[in-house]
Amino acid sequence: MSELLKYPGMSKVDTLSPEEKAAAHTRRVFLFKLAVGLNAMVGAVLAVPLVGYLLGPAAKKRSDIGAWVNLGSLSDFPVGQTRLADFRSPMAAFNDGETGKTSCWVRRISEKSFQVFAINCAHLGCPVRWFSESRLFLCPCHGGAYYEDGSRASGPPERGLFEYKFKIAGDSLLIHAGNLPTLSTEASCREKPLVQIEAAEPAEAANAGMPDATMRSTTWQG
Amino acid sequence: MAGLKISKWLEHRLGFIQPLKQAAEHPTPSNNASWWYVFGSAATVLLMLQVVTGILLALVYSPSANEAWTSLNFLNHNVALGWYLRALHGWGSDFMIAIVLLHLVQVFLFGSFKFPRELTWMVGVVLLLLTLGMAFTGQVMRFDQDAYWGLGIGASIASRVPFVGADLVHLMLGGPIIGGATLSRFFTLHVFVIPGLLLAGVAVHVLMVLKHGVSDWPMPGRLVRRSTYEREYHELTLRTGLPFVPDAAWKDAVFAAAIIFAVMACAFFLGPFGPSGQPDPTIIQTAPHPDFAFLWIYAVLAFLPPSLETPVLLVVPVLAITGMLLLPLLAGEGERHWARRPVAVLSVSVIAVTLGIFTRLGTYTPWSPVMDAWSGDAVPVKYMHNRSPLEREGAMVLQDKQCRDCHSLNGEGGMRGPKLDAVASQMTEDQIVRQVLQGGGNMPAYGNALNPAETKALVSFLMTLRGHDLQPAMNASRELLRESRMEQTAGSADSAAAAPEKAGQQR
Repeated sequence: MSELLKYPGMSKVDTLSPEEKAAAHTRRVFLFKLAVGLNAMVGAVLAVPLVGYLLGPAAKKRSDIGAWVNLGSLSDFPVGQTRLADFRSPMAAFNDGETGKTSCWVRRISEKSFQVFAINCAHLGCPVRWFSESRLFLCPCHGGAYYEDGSRASGPPERGLFEYKFKIAGDSLLIHAGNLPTLSTEASCREKPLVQIEAAEPAEAANAGMPDATMRSTTWQG
Repeated sequence: MAGLKISKWLEHRLGFIQPLKQAAEHPTPSNNASWWYVFGSAATVLLMLQVVTGILLALVYSPSANEAWTSLNFLNHNVALGWYLRALHGWGSDFMIAIVLLHLVQVFLFGSFKFPRELTWMVGVVLLLLTLGMAFTGQVMRFDQDAYWGLGIGASIASRVPFVGADLVHLMLGGPIIGGATLSRFFTLHVFVIPGLLLAGVAVHVLMVLKHGVSDWPMPGRLVRRSTYEREYHELTLRTGLPFVPDAAWKDAVFAAAIIFAVMACAFFLGPFGPSGQPDPTIIQTAPHPDFAFLWIYAVLAFLPPSLETPVLLVVPVLAITGMLLLPLLAGEGERHWARRPVAVLSVSVIAVTLGIFTRLGTYTPWSPVMDAWSGDAVPVKYMHNRSPLEREGAMVLQDKQCRDCHSLNGEGGMRGPKLDAVASQMTEDQIVRQVLQGGGNMPAYGNALNPAETKALVSFLMTLRGHDLQPAMNASRELLRESRMEQTAGSADSAAAAPEKAGQQR
């Protein structure tokens, strides 16, 4: 169709007579439009896997994220104390290096009852530190403070510390870790699964008396 | 002669030497050949410096979570002049943000964003955001503790978006945790995506400047009207026009050279930024800190009340960016001179002062507890003189219970809570007991962390802190109650019963 224009940029609609307009609907023009449409279709089909690849990290099912991690022997956590425990994230990949490691605060309330807190402040994720004398967790970034049970004490956080689900297997303390804990990707799944397989285990049954981690985090949601 | 021949040969094949020459020599009104018009070109030159130094750093840098931090230390210490390249790139980044901001303020105050340069301004706003994007992703490239926890802060902000928060976190991190995938995608953004957009954006920006000409110097009362502006500008150019190169551009060149020299000097004398500690999240003895350009955001986040945090974080940036983009469409005509635009001058002043204050606060973070003040900053000796054993015991409690992390004595200690040097002249004993045990007003409750003996000792020490021997605070209502009771008892002529109560009140 370009041969019908006297110079580039000239508007063909204004200057063409009806006959010339009809002449512009040649087979070449039709084929060109068809080819453009064909490219649009190929592009759309090509875009599906490209966008799928790009959105891959977000497409993973929530239930697939996370696994049970062993924090070590129960005797590492004296009753009445809160201790820092390091573990390698079950989500760590081959190329994560030392960022694949992470820590949590383990509070042993009694023989069989624990609370395991994420180190990430519920405000903006900075690492909170435990002060055993004042029985507070303090955040270095913006001064968020939490009581020993993880509930919010003061400062900018709008809720208490994130908690990991835990279970006791033999002499070991296990936690369920996955996501980097943030407001929308909490340390452990918030909803209880419909069928609680772990509840049938003897170790879990012994914990039945205490408020479990999942319950607590929902009360903080308030 | 040979040179001319070669240039003619080249031009016949390339065809763009003459157009480039004409563009460089295009006439520009003589009144804008000014030192105020040099910031845009300086920003472009700084971008070129960043591209060159960035490419050179990429020769050694390893964008892997395993090796990035080590490769930066290797650059600093083992590669000849590696430290200087890192310093140039780091300081170049700070200078570029500063110059881009100056350019924006100058264009805004001169009203240069008005017709017909609206789109030039909008592209400029996008270029500012891309520059800040380069600064943030560049901070991640350093992959040290600050970068790790800075990513955590970014993820925490993304997680506040309703409904898709978790997906956004996963997209940003490239997986459920901060790690190799996170560094790779930020490397891709920092090295491919944003620089590509930035260079393309600068090209569009400069082409539009050439198309519409550099704005003339604003004059009070000379209004911009869509119907007349372009003709007036054309006439002004015909009447007073100078070739942009060299008559106006020599100032750009001098300023650009001065800025690059300043970057070189800062890089040489002040050195590279970091890297700080290794990106190991099990090392929690750290106080993460963003780079200079983002300190003000870090400070704002400390002051927002919890209920406002998510709305402010998600809504204000959208409003601010939309406002900046729409500005030339809403105020595309009229006065350009700052003397006739008080709202514009006031806005710039308020925003500049606000950003300055928050940045200043961000440099010493008064809201953060000083984590080692309780063991590092002793109670001043003068506060131990002439104190009873119980009161001295109270000073021990004050240290032990980490009160000093948030409260200062004699200027030492945290600034999160009020200083305690004169606490007894501001609060009564009852109020102090209540405040300590129940907390409130942003202070945690210490009821569970203090036994009655410790509380008694602590409060009796605090009651001795009255600044320069000010009067102790008193409870006016109790005082009234006491007086009314005294009147009653005086009325019944039984004054003996009132004496112990009075003693009890004063204690």
